[in-house]
This record gives sequence, structure tokens and C-alpha cells, in this order.
Amino acid sequence: MPRWGMVIDLDRCTGCQACVMACKAENNVPAVGRREAARGRVISWMQVLTEEDEGHPGEVRRFLPRPCLMCDDPPCTKVCPVYATYLNPEGIVTQIYARCIGCRFCMAACPYNAKYFNWRAYQREGPDRNPDVSVRPKGVVEKCTFCHHRLQKARERARAERRDLGPGEYVPACAEACPARAIVFGDLADPGSEVARLARSPRAFRLLEALGTKPKVIYLTEGEGRG
Amino acid sequence: MADRREDRDAVLLAPIERTGPGFYWTVGALGLLILWGAIAYWTQLEGGLGVTGLHQPVSWGFYVTNFVFFIGISHAGTLISAILRLSKAEWRRPVTRMAEVITVMVLFIGAAQILVDLGRPDRIINIIRHGRYQSPLLWDATSISAYLTASLVYLYLPMIPDIAILRDRLEKRKLLYAVLALGWTGSPRQQHVLNRAIAVMAVLVIPIAVSVHSVVSFVFSMTLQPMWHSTIFGPYFVVGAIFSGIAALIVAMLVFRKAYGLEGYLRPVHFRYLGQLLLVMSLLWFYFTFAEYLTGYYGSEPEEMKVFRAKFSGRFWPFFWGMALSNFVIPVLCLVRLSRHTVGKVLTASLSVLVGMWLERFIIVVPTLSSPRLPFGEGLYWPTWVEWGETAGSFALFALFYLLFTKLFPIVSIWEIHEGRERGLQEVEARLLSYLPDLAETGLARPGQRG
Repeated sequence: MPRWGMVIDLDRCTGCQACVMACKAENNVPAVGRREAARGRVISWMQVLTEEDEGHPGEVRRFLPRPCLMCDDPPCTKVCPVYATYLNPEGIVTQIYARCIGCRFCMAACPYNAKYFNWRAYQREGPDRNPDVSVRPKGVVEKCTFCHHRLQKARERARAERRDLGPGEYVPACAEACPARAIVFGDLADPGSEVARLARSPRAFRLLEALGTKPKVIYLTEGEGRG
Repeated sequence: MADRREDRDAVLLAPIERTGPGFYWTVGALGLLILWGAIAYWTQLEGGLGVTGLHQPVSWGFYVTNFVFFIGISHAGTLISAILRLSKAEWRRPVTRMAEVITVMVLFIGAAQILVDLGRPDRIINIIRHGRYQSPLLWDATSISAYLTASLVYLYLPMIPDIAILRDRLEKRKLLYAVLALGWTGSPRQQHVLNRAIAVMAVLVIPIAVSVHSVVSFVFSMTLQPMWHSTIFGPYFVVGAIFSGIAALIVAMLVFRKAYGLEGYLRPVHFRYLGQLLLVMSLLWFYFTFAEYLTGYYGSEPEEMKVFRAKFSGRFWPFFWGMALSNFVIPVLCLVRLSRHTVGKVLTASLSVLVGMWLERFIIVVPTLSSPRLPFGEGLYWPTWVEWGETAGSFALFALFYLLFTKLFPIVSIWEIHEGRERGLQEVEARLLSYLPDLAETGLARPGQRG
């Protein structure tokens, strides 16, 4: 059974936001409009967080692309009263939009603020939407799914061609779009995969590791000139 | 004979028999507030939760605050009444019913807050169809429904003899009272069964009541969030709940004392006792708050400190210090000396505590959410008219429920007052004598007693 994971090399990230835009286009993430954005209701499954560098204040910004971290021990799934979010056997934390009652307990419980709420009906079905991804109604929580629909498609294609799913056949939109190749995606259970190799790097760390959520999105620290 | 007995307590039946203009004015005023709340909720159903001030990351606000607050108020009734009954406190007699009614009415309002808070109230049935028992929200649903059921039974049982009085005396609503009186005649066997049932329920509701506000606190403390993830939360919430509950009970007692002229039944001594209880709870509340905040401050983990500072000196300071003032300073100043101006002081303290405990719930819910761990920037929550309307409507709906109850049933238990006059006096005397060894030896020792 694969365990899908991601390594994000912060040394390579330029903060260009290509991953953010690719994610929005791929997953029908709604543009909420100027007024809603001013109220703090932007939905961005992949979000590039920026922080002032403590060593070089006013000069250097640090970037942290943050998708859903796909915790192996997710604080969000435990608190969902209706199993609308759960950890699937391949390690992806999924959302069932049609079941969510909109209590937002998972949002309150996620220490990474990776969950977003549809405060209004932000979009409708239309020809310009990606047909592989369902459009979310108002009142439900949504978040990054590691482009789960791409996995389903790749797996169906492999099955039709009577072969196993090969490495690199399933890649989320953010990893595909990153011009600096900062995002590497693959199967953490396969020790030979690039993602598993990078995850073993001495530069590897996990976000808020002390919380014990065991994320499957792993970061590589900025190395050069940072000591 | 029986008629004369009830005539002595005619003032307790008066609100049920007659309705003055004051009632209609009050209902009208409450109706306006409820209308505001209904319009607010309708707007929210149409437009989604976007019409509120909630956003990312402050995804819980007024509604969850109200939920915790109202469920807290519910501890006034059943719990306090059960403790007073079990400890055979004779002064409980005019108080218990008022307390029990608060519990039942406010539980409906409190549970409804969660429904209002849901993004998809149309899917509420999923909680039963796909319920996940690992979620503290399910614990809440279980505990609150058990508490509501037990409280309804516990309210109803001691009402049966009173309903029988209404059935025999009143000309109107005959059918309602006849059905609810369950054929009560007051025979010794019926009285025996009733007293047993009340005693059993009084024991049963105490653990349920404690469980209710513990699991309400678990909604917060089971997460990993700073200043929520705390083992003290269960007892802290229960103490706060009883604290705000007593305050609500005192306010309700004073309102109906004034409106229905119950000065003969609710005397300054009742308010002095309840005021002393309120004082004890205020000190206990301060102790818990102090322990909670000192622990966070002393350890000074960065994430904890971010929230701590936001409350202590940051954006939430008016709420935090307002809470400290109205939950501790004002009540203690009012309640330490109650020999003079008892009623006024107790009322001031209670109103202050009600405000303070609402602020406490708010200061627990919002600052943690508005200080995310990762660098997102701080969330600014400002409620819109929708949340204000829903809140006003909820308070008004509670008051209306309570008011309507008093028009249908006596708000002071008539038969328990009788019992106090006829049997309580002798029972207390006998009990007192049994406490005193020398009296028992000198002449009251019954034959057959072990020597």
C-alpha cells in the first residue's frame, strides 16, 4: 500500500506562487472576491506563508508553501462528528463535502490552519470548471486533497493498460507547476523513491513536529548561508 | 379545609388565574427581540455564514460562546435544586422550581446555538447516521440530551401535586391539567412513591450535570490549541457553569418576586444564602482562573504566550480585565457583607457575574483561534448585526419560555410550601434533637435504642 507524501525544499522555493495558482485552477478553488477577501475569507488550499528572516530583518523574506500536511495522526479527523474527514488507507486526509455539516470543529482543531470554509456560495458548476473535481456548496469545509482525483485517473489508466501505477504517474498540480522543482511528490513507502530519499535527508524536518501529528509533507531547511 | 390551605397561597396561583397588561407588554417586547433574531437567522440561512463576522482563522465566535454560556446557565437549576434537596436545606422550598425551570428552558436555547452555528443545518441528521463517537461534539450531544431528559423528569415529578391543585381549582385548561396530574389524589402511597422518585432523580442528575459541562469543555481541551489544551478545563467549566447558574437563578427569582409579589416567599434570607453561595463560587472561579493562567504564563511556551498576551495586554484586554472585574472584584465587594441592603447587593453581583461569565466564554473561544501558530497574521473578529440579533433573540426566547411557564404552572411549589409548614418544622426539630447527644440521653431516648 503506498503512502503518499511530499517533500518541499525551502532552499529552492522562490515564493513565486505558481503552486498556489496551479492548485486553484486544478481544484476549482473559488475566487471569493475583493470584499470577502478583505474579511479574511480567502480559500487557498496551497498557501505560501511569508515570514521576516530573524537574521536579516527588513531584507530577507522566508517562504513556506503550506498544503494540507496529511498528518498520520490528524487532529482534524478525530473531532469530526460525522466522519466527513478521515484518513484513508493510503494516508490521504480526505473530505466528504456531501456529508459535512459545517460545524468547523476540524478547522478549530487543525494546528496548521489548512482547512477552509465556504462562508457563502462562492461558485457554481460551469464549463470552465475542472470536471474531475466537485464544486463545493456553501457551508462545508474544504482543503487540499493531494489532487486525489489525479490518483484515481492515473490508477484507472494503468488498470486499463493492465499494468501497475508507475512512479511519477500521479503528481499533484502544485508539484507539477513548481518552476524551481522545490516540490517533490511520491510514495514514502517505497524506499527507493526520490521523495523517500529526500525525506531521510539531514535537512528534513516536519512542521510543528513536537505536536506529534506526523505530517507526510516534509520540509528541507534552507541550508546555504544559514548554517 | 383543603380550600383554606390553598387560599393562604393564593398569590402563587394568581398569575395562572389572571393576566394583566404587564404580561402582554412583556411578551410584545420579547417578541420584537425574537423577531430580530428570526430575521437574522433567516438571513443567515439564505446567505450562508458569510453574513456573520466569522472568517479564517476565527471560525467560531458568538454562537459557540453563547452555546457554552447557555449550557453553563443550565447548571443553576437541576444541580442546585438536587443538592439542596439532598442536603435537606429547608429554605429550598420556594427556590427549587424556579431553578429547575431555568435548566430545562435554557438547555433548549443552548442546544439550538449549535444548530445556528452549523454551515449545513439541513444535514444535522448525519450526526446520527454517520456519528463518530471519537468527536467531543458527539459526547456533547449525548450528555446534553441525557441532561435534558433527566431535568424534564426532575422538573415534572415535583409538579404533579401542584398540577392536581390546578386541575381541581381552575376552570380553564382542564384537559391539560387532568392529563398531566396523572390521577394524583395525594394518598399516602402516592406520596411515598413520589418522594422516592424525586430522591432517586436528585441523585441521578448530579453526575449527569457534572458530565455536561465537562464535555462542553472537552470540545476545546481535546484539541492541541494553545490555552485550550488544558486538563483543568473540565472542572473549570463546571465551576464557571454553577457560578453563572446561581447568578441567573438569583436574577430570575428577583424578577418574579417583583412581578408576582412573592416577597412573602422569597425573603432576604434566601438571597443571603444564595449570595453566600455565589461568593464561594466567585472565589473558586478566581482560584481556577489563577491556576490556569499562572500555569500558562510560568511555562511560557511561545504559542501559549501569544494567546496569553493577546488576552492580558493585547487586543483582548478589555474583555479579559472586564471579566476579572465583573466575575471577581464586583461580586466579592458586593457579597462580603450581606447584613444590610441584601437584595440590592445580591442583584448587582448576579448581573455582574452574568456579564462576566459571558465574557469568560468569549475570551476562551476567540483569542485562541485568532492567534494561529503559523505566520498567517492575526484574525480580527467583529460580529455583525446577525450575531447580535441571534444573541438578543436567544435571550428573549429564553425569557419568553420562562414567562409562559409561569402562566401555566405555579413558579413556587405550593405543596412543598405546605409540607414545609406542616411537616418540615417538626422534622427539623426532630433532626436537631438527634444531633445533640445530651438531649437524647436525658429523656428523649426511645426504648429499644442501643444504649
